[in-house]
Amino acid sequence: MGENWAFVAILTVIALTIPILGILAAMVLAPKRPGTIKNSTYECGLETVGDAWVQFKVQYYLYALIFVLFDVETVFLYPWAVAYQSLPLLALFEMIIFLLILGIGLVYAWRKGALEWI
Amino acid sequence: MLHALPLAESLAETTTSLSGWLTGLFSGTAPEPGASSSAAGIIVASVLKATVIVLIVQIGMLYATWGERKIIGRMQDRLGPNRVGLFGLAQPFADMIKMLTKEDITPTAAHKWVYNLGAILVVPPAIIGFAVVALDRNLIAADLSIGALFFFAIGSTAVMPIFMAGWGSRNKYALLGAMRAVAQVVSYEIPQVLSIVGVLLLAGTLSMNGLIHSQGPIGDAFPGVWFILLQPIGFVIFLLATTAEIERTPFDIPEAESEIIAGYHTEYAGIKFGLFYLALYFVTISASAVGAILFLGGWQPPFAFLAGIPGWIWMTAKTLALVFVFMWLRGTLPRLRVDQLMAFAWKVLVPISLVNLMVTGLLAKLVAGRAPLMVFGAFTVANVAMVALLIWLVAGWRRFNAARQITFERPAVQAVGAALRRGAA
Repeated sequence: MGENWAFVAILTVIALTIPILGILAAMVLAPKRPGTIKNSTYECGLETVGDAWVQFKVQYYLYALIFVLFDVETVFLYPWAVAYQSLPLLALFEMIIFLLILGIGLVYAWRKGALEWI
Repeated sequence: MLHALPLAESLAETTTSLSGWLTGLFSGTAPEPGASSSAAGIIVASVLKATVIVLIVQIGMLYATWGERKIIGRMQDRLGPNRVGLFGLAQPFADMIKMLTKEDITPTAAHKWVYNLGAILVVPPAIIGFAVVALDRNLIAADLSIGALFFFAIGSTAVMPIFMAGWGSRNKYALLGAMRAVAQVVSYEIPQVLSIVGVLLLAGTLSMNGLIHSQGPIGDAFPGVWFILLQPIGFVIFLLATTAEIERTPFDIPEAESEIIAGYHTEYAGIKFGLFYLALYFVTISASAVGAILFLGGWQPPFAFLAGIPGWIWMTAKTLALVFVFMWLRGTLPRLRVDQLMAFAWKVLVPISLVNLMVTGLLAKLVAGRAPLMVFGAFTVANVAMVALLIWLVAGWRRFNAARQITFERPAVQAVGAALRRGAA
């Protein structure tokens, strides 16, 4: 098992060198002729108005909250699923109750309009 | 089956001895099964394996771009690339040279570190996922006990470089694209991970090789059939959610060119744009490979008498079939609207996958240890029932909506309402 994780670590390092090598190769090969217009922010040829770094509406972050909720739920579901064959039937009903509570949470978020993209 | 299995066994022996030989060659000792190699040997063997994986994936990616352009071209009644080399086969290399020799522009307004790091970091998550992809019974780089979880965990880190790219560019389109991408990727991650819980539950393991072993004619592990037959709804959800995860059409809202230019990679040019392109094809291939492992039996042949054909051929064929499905979807379907897209994840896919999970859990207890045909029959009935219920619900919802529209929006009704209001006033 330790061997496998060593491999994952080494693959990560090699995977990081791929884009770095690409960028280094482009540094050597590609021309460099910067200009004020060329390096300006792209906006369909128009002058940019205002800053792009703006505050984002709070509606957007509700998705993040619901996501965290359901992602934590999956963290509970995975070990349950893997051990399921050896668990008694009670485990199924426990998980169904757990999922129903989550389902109620989803319905609540839905009714509150947290799932509407504006 | 009796004379096919020894052949399969001997082929498996060959792959074992081949990987053993490679490990032995570079660690200086022929490793006994279970014997611990030296640290230096492990590192050298890992570097070798990693290089081989990266090379295979790189070539696969180059020809996936060629294949996609050819296939989409044919679907749109065009020829696709056919000028560079025979059948345009040298086209990917021409593209690569073009990317490398194009000027690499960093906008003055951009945050240079975040902008450049975004382009660099988008590639590793796409490659690391391949560590757990099993090409044949002994051809797996790292058979982690948490293989499936590892793959999805690594895949979900890909939102970070995307957001870095969008924020670092300091461009309105890039920021909008990044915001959409993050919302979409996290939303579709839920149905994606939920859709495979049914598979994990039946297989009872997270290890990729364990998952493959449990669904094939070779070996006598529990269901013994491909999970697509037991979990068709799960497979469809997985396919849709994965298409959204890897941001391919019809779910490519983050880079919808008709709305926001190119989304988060609007400001990237030359090789840095190429890196985003590279990552897109890497994840397309790795997601197809994992789909093939989870639902199509990986290197397992469909029937035991076909065991003579090496596993890696099956695995490659299944992976390519799924890559083709992704391309087919792109050639067929128009892009969704962003609010429809988000609603589809939360209001359609998540509830269906939760119901599917509960039904699978119940059935798994009922059919535990039965013959494959019996298991298959029970799951078919359950899945058909679920689809029928879904169709009934959707039809009912549409009727309800249509009735509401007629009541409130028919001009005559509105005219009467207006007259009543005038009379009351």
